[in-house]
Amino acid sequence: MTALVYVPIDAGALSLGAGEVALAIAAEAARRRAAVKVVRNGSRGAYWLEPLVEVLTPRGRLAYGPVTAADVAGLFDADFLNGGSHALSLGPTEEIAWLKGQQRLTFERVGIIEPTSVADYVKHGGYQGLTRALSMEPAAIVQAITTSGLRGRGGAAFPTGIKWKTVLDQPAGQQKYVTCNADEGDSGTFSDRMLMEGDPLTLIEGMTIAGIAVGATQGYIYLRAEYPHALRALRTAIAAAHQARYLGSDVAGSGKGFDLEVRLGAGAYICGEETSMLESLEGRRGEVRVRPPLPAIKGLFGQPTIVNNVVTLASVPWILQHGADAYANFGMGKSRGTLPIQLAGNIRRGGLVERAFGLTLRELLYDYGGGSATSKPIRAVQVGGPLGAYIPASQFDTAVDYEALAGIGAMLGHGGIVVFDDSVDMARMARYAMEFCAIESCGKCTPCRIGSTRGVEVIDRILEGIDGERNVRLLEELCETMVQGSLCGLGGMAPFPVQSALKHFREDFRGPVK
Amino acid sequence: MEKLPPAESAVVQRIASDLKERPGPLLEVLHAIQAALGYVPAGAVPIVAEVLNLSRAEVHGVVSFYHYFRHSRPGAHTVSVCQAESCQSMGAEALTAHARRRLGIDLHQTSADGRFSLEPVYCLGNCACSPAVMIDGRLYGRVTPERFDALVAERAPSP
Repeated sequence: MTALVYVPIDAGALSLGAGEVALAIAAEAARRRAAVKVVRNGSRGAYWLEPLVEVLTPRGRLAYGPVTAADVAGLFDADFLNGGSHALSLGPTEEIAWLKGQQRLTFERVGIIEPTSVADYVKHGGYQGLTRALSMEPAAIVQAITTSGLRGRGGAAFPTGIKWKTVLDQPAGQQKYVTCNADEGDSGTFSDRMLMEGDPLTLIEGMTIAGIAVGATQGYIYLRAEYPHALRALRTAIAAAHQARYLGSDVAGSGKGFDLEVRLGAGAYICGEETSMLESLEGRRGEVRVRPPLPAIKGLFGQPTIVNNVVTLASVPWILQHGADAYANFGMGKSRGTLPIQLAGNIRRGGLVERAFGLTLRELLYDYGGGSATSKPIRAVQVGGPLGAYIPASQFDTAVDYEALAGIGAMLGHGGIVVFDDSVDMARMARYAMEFCAIESCGKCTPCRIGSTRGVEVIDRILEGIDGERNVRLLEELCETMVQGSLCGLGGMAPFPVQSALKHFREDFRGPVK
Repeated sequence: MEKLPPAESAVVQRIASDLKERPGPLLEVLHAIQAALGYVPAGAVPIVAEVLNLSRAEVHGVVSFYHYFRHSRPGAHTVSVCQAESCQSMGAEALTAHARRRLGIDLHQTSADGRFSLEPVYCLGNCACSPAVMIDGRLYGRVTPERFDALVAERAPSP
């Protein structure tokens, strides 16, 4: 009998040698005349165990990891194809404590299935949400999304159902679009990438449902150029969905059409801002647009357009399949459902943790994360990307929830948590926040374009010990001006990490002792 | 402005003509040019402008806006070292300094022998495996200076 062995094709796993491991397994199997089929799945998200190799046995899928190519012969010697015991044995994958406690809804298939196989996708519950949607009135689909409480997972947390309703309410008979913002540029985030590489058909299904719901026939995925692996997975999956008639002029025999295309960004962080993304999709400089009009009314090429993040759209099939209430039953307060949280940076057990809203930073950092990778105390975490606040250890009991984080002057954003140990210099991190803003500013508004450059200069003066107190006050005023006066979130939020560093780590802003 | 050699000029002409009917084609055209030539030469701008019926200023404005589009021919291998927060927390600054020493060039430069270009990048989405490096589209995680040297040695001509 042919043994089924899973070796991830996820870019993160590949970055740790999964490609070499897959080749070594195939070569060793050939040498030993063992019948082995290597399936390239997505990552389970436990990056501290990657490359994570799984074998299908009568006891279910058994895991081994982290595996290097040099371990492969030993695994064969230990009869891993039949679940044999080895120093790298982790037992049944589903029983690994780090994974077992998770509530995987949006990521239910990631790491399980063969990413671009429509057959495998359908076998694991795929396209049931679309089937349900096709039996509903468009307004009822939109209502289900509203009832589910789903909010934009890209960072802005705007209620998805309201956005969809605005597009639905625009007169029919005109071209409407569904666009997916896959410009995942925040440091510390990789959930979009993992989903696009590990289960791209879920995103495709979510966009198709969105199109059916609002009467849009064309979708675009705006993907960042730094994600070549996701590009390949998406293009292959789109072709497979076409082949199986889940995309095209007659979606699943419904008579309704929906088509999808991937467009590549070109290394501009600002294009994660929705109006800038639309400009870029139209082939222009990614300068932000003044709102109103909202993209839902005048978006791509001036037409009504849905703009949603990857995880938002990928949560839609589950909601349609299992019901809006089932989704809303997860979470707390106004943060309903689950969030794929990403543990990143200086953390022992980094990776993707999908849980209902409400667990605390401390649970994430210590129960899941196991503390810092360097075994030093964790001094600060930055939540929500380069525009998110730095949070000190004294606030680690805060719940991961949009409102709770806003309550301490932070923001959840796209759910990335970057961990720093006690060697971090927070004044340098504040300087970096301003520098990043200066590099990535689209240049349209003055507070962002000029303010960020002046911000770097002021912090440099502070670090050099020039007129420290006066320059700290100047920096605080500058931050205020940028927050109040910028056109979009880049200039408007780049001061957040600076202000939080000043508030919680003031001692780092003393210049050299003279 | 440098004039393109006829062969490259023909490539640019063909790409722009092939893609011009697509909605919002300019980024697609520039990506295709860079994929074919390794960069977007200044001499490509007037050709693209002509075919797409845009002004040269508009095309130049787009080329210069996006960090990904190169203005000069890249080395045989492009090494991108992540500079963002997650990688900083795991020593990206020291790794970048090491990369500059090892390759003998600064960020945004290409080595004199044309082997390597060194570029900064702001997040490769490999933040649970920091620090991250990408070489010619291949991603590497938890890159130590020793591993960096090994990756470079694989791509350097044997002495």
